[in-house]
Amino acid sequence: MSKNNSSTLSLRDKLIFLVLGIYFGIVISKSEAISWFRIQEMFRFHSFHMYGLLFSGVITAAISLKIIRSLGLKTINGEPAVLAPKDTTTWRNYLLGGTCFGIGWAFTGACPGPLYTLIGTGLTVMIVPLCFAFLGAWTYGYLKPRLPH
Amino acid sequence: MELLFSPWPWYVSGPLIGLTTPLLLLLGGRAFGVSSSLRHVCAAVYPRDIEYLRYDWRKDGLWLLIFAGGLVVGGWIGGQLFRAESSVAISGQTVNDLAHLGISDIQGLAPASLFSWSSLLSWPSLLLMTVGGFLIGFGTRWANGCTSGHGITGMANLQWPSLVAVCGFFAGGLLATHLLFPLIF
Repeated sequence: MSKNNSSTLSLRDKLIFLVLGIYFGIVISKSEAISWFRIQEMFRFHSFHMYGLLFSGVITAAISLKIIRSLGLKTINGEPAVLAPKDTTTWRNYLLGGTCFGIGWAFTGACPGPLYTLIGTGLTVMIVPLCFAFLGAWTYGYLKPRLPH
Repeated sequence: MELLFSPWPWYVSGPLIGLTTPLLLLLGGRAFGVSSSLRHVCAAVYPRDIEYLRYDWRKDGLWLLIFAGGLVVGGWIGGQLFRAESSVAISGQTVNDLAHLGISDIQGLAPASLFSWSSLLSWPSLLLMTVGGFLIGFGTRWANGCTSGHGITGMANLQWPSLVAVCGFFAGGLLATHLLFPLIF
């Protein structure tokens, strides 16, 4: 999960994470990716908007990662800029957990990032689904030994 | 200034979304993915004796909780300070479909008839927010990622588990929209 072995974050690190969070929050609000209406439109295949966001986002990230890899770039802390590969020894959890999340995505019109962002936009009632998301994460931890992975 | 207030088209905001992955990797040394924050909060608040929640959340997760705080501020800037005047310009077909379900207030980012404090105690609203929220937390932790961790970062890094997860996201979303919504509303 973490590439950084130091256990405490420097003030600079904290500022970087705060600024990048603000950046992402602004972008997903202005893109309307946090709108329940846009999510409904996407699941009804009535517009290209959300698909355009996803595809151009993935392609931009993929090209960026390719450049980082081929230039052998390092992080500003001097560590190798490499993403840990996903666990490929399981697959059921990705499909079943993904399907559960998909239902939640359509119900609330939000993913985890948008839940936080929507609260900032003034839709404070999204504190309710966010608290239930914490409860869901806790319940997963409790049931994990008994769930298929 | 108009650029700040109007919504951004997908071909502008999509690449800006995608840039979050390399920026977070190069400037912070972290893999982009928001749903782990849900786990970190549980680990910080009430880990009990659950193995999944017993780890040093400050070391692994503090960065993401700061990032999540930034998301709230970003939402305030993008959605409140520079709030778009117009409502979300969704397709007329979607407007029709939603009207069939009895949802006709196409204003703001979400319908107030479903997502507001005053609607909270009505049946579809309560169901969508509580069950929907629960499934976001439960599902993303089971799948070990959400739209950012799998949908953007994992797919861009050509990880097949992320593709499986994204197929699940859409399977669940289509199931909810086309089979469950007609039963709920």
